[in-house]
Amino acid sequence: MLQNDGTAPIAASFAGALLRPNEPVPQDITSHHGAGLIERYNVYRNNVTVSLINAVASIYPAVQRITGEDFFRAMARFYIRAHPPRSPLLFAYGREFPDFIEAYEYASSMPWLADVARIERAWLDAYHAADAAHLAPDMLSEIAPEGLGALRFRPHPATRILRSAYPAVTIFSMNHNGGEVSAVEDRPEDALVTRRDDEVMVTHLDSGAADFLQALIAGETLGTAAALGLEANPNLDLSRLIAVALDAGAFSSLDMETSHD
Amino acid sequence: MSNSMGMQNNLADRADAVRFPHYAVAGQAGTSFKPEHLPAILAASDRCGFFEVHAENYMGAGGPPHRALERIRQDYPVSIHGVCMSLGGPQPLDPDHLQRFKALVDRYEPAMISEHLAWSTHDDIFYNDLLPLPYNEATLTHVCDHVDQMQSVIGRRIFLENPSTYVAFTDTTMAEVDFIREIARRTGCGLLLDVNNVFVSAANHGFSALDYLKDFPLESVEQIHLAGHAEQEDGAGEKLLIDSHDRPVADAVWQLYEIVLSRRGPVPTLIEWDSELPDWPVLRAEARAAQAILDRHSDTGGLRDAAE
Repeated sequence: MLQNDGTAPIAASFAGALLRPNEPVPQDITSHHGAGLIERYNVYRNNVTVSLINAVASIYPAVQRITGEDFFRAMARFYIRAHPPRSPLLFAYGREFPDFIEAYEYASSMPWLADVARIERAWLDAYHAADAAHLAPDMLSEIAPEGLGALRFRPHPATRILRSAYPAVTIFSMNHNGGEVSAVEDRPEDALVTRRDDEVMVTHLDSGAADFLQALIAGETLGTAAALGLEANPNLDLSRLIAVALDAGAFSSLDMETSHD
Repeated sequence: MSNSMGMQNNLADRADAVRFPHYAVAGQAGTSFKPEHLPAILAASDRCGFFEVHAENYMGAGGPPHRALERIRQDYPVSIHGVCMSLGGPQPLDPDHLQRFKALVDRYEPAMISEHLAWSTHDDIFYNDLLPLPYNEATLTHVCDHVDQMQSVIGRRIFLENPSTYVAFTDTTMAEVDFIREIARRTGCGLLLDVNNVFVSAANHGFSALDYLKDFPLESVEQIHLAGHAEQEDGAGEKLLIDSHDRPVADAVWQLYEIVLSRRGPVPTLIEWDSELPDWPVLRAEARAAQAILDRHSDTGGLRDAAE
């Protein structure tokens, strides 16, 4: 926003070169001895660049472990220049990083890396998501069997489903918290991300389970969701899956208003 | 790959749900609060005076950060230190950020609230650094308007912190101390005197830290920051100090702190440490050193000397 009192151009010229290392330093800066302006301005450039790369690294530790620090920081440096933060809330930064990885030429030998990043982004979103109660697993036993099909669930604010055409869940799990790394079977994988007792959990889902849970999260009835899950995988063990999801804290309540429909 | 998003900011809904005890901070030394230190803080047999948090780290809707801050706030007074309001910039403050800040203040009832004489957002890009501004009538008007607006929205008095800077501006027409004094006079805000910033800026701009402190409006100082700094050179071979917050407070900064307290009396003092974090006992020892100096000045008359 430009104003006519001379202050906005100073901020604009000062800001403009912060993420552009090849641009000249702003015209209107000075020092007491009139020299050293490049090195002095570069303190700000360095603060901005390093702190933003550190922010990306703190959001995507598993990606950094996979690529190694040098590769990661070089990739993140390109990223922060292409996608600087638009909000002061840095824990919400880096949403375009998975897409950026997908298009990053040097990462093309790791087609699953972007999905690992998507799981990490979801992990941090779950970490900061709003607080809410968890639906107790034994609640369902109080519902008459003929009423189960019409039940709807309210997801806990932390709950997310991620689907990958690659074994991204296994790769994430091996590289999260510095776990053991071993050979991975090439297959599609889905994950349920939840937060229970302030611990974020990433649960590897059976085939078809994501179709079922996504439908429930979207507000479909248990009956509709079950049909979608069984269509995707006729062998889906629905009762076990519901128990796993409730145990992981995926839902906060039953939606009583619409369950009578 | 799809991702079902559902993050909502419900801080405001919870603002009335939690009420914390009132604790006095007068004459106390505190430290930055880092969640890594929480178990050690809770297990320690002695108390720290207060803890300071960066506001933005607690602006998520929920989850573990709030559990940690609730736990600390139950036992201690807390200082909320904003690092992203961009009070020193020419553009309007972000109304969403003001509301988030207000929600945080309402929720945690902090003993002290502070922000910086700096800017960090231009257009809609957030640079994540405390960037400098020229000191002149036009920038003074902007900063005062912004301080007024922030105090009015959050319903509390804020303390404005003097910056550490690495460049000066050709458009500057006022001394930093005069600029800061005028902000305090016009807005009624308090001041957060960062003694390390004075030392760093004095070295970087070739002025005397003692002269700066002699001119500083100490009567408005409500909180003090102490921190460590790093040393490098600019291209002209001149010493350039970096406000790094990654090591113990320098001896020279402790000496300046003694001088400030001898004139201002025992003002709540924070040891700031933000990167290369030490174990809790190391940070605790720094706060204890500040507390010893505060206690030695507990009967200093404060403004009597400052008003000389």
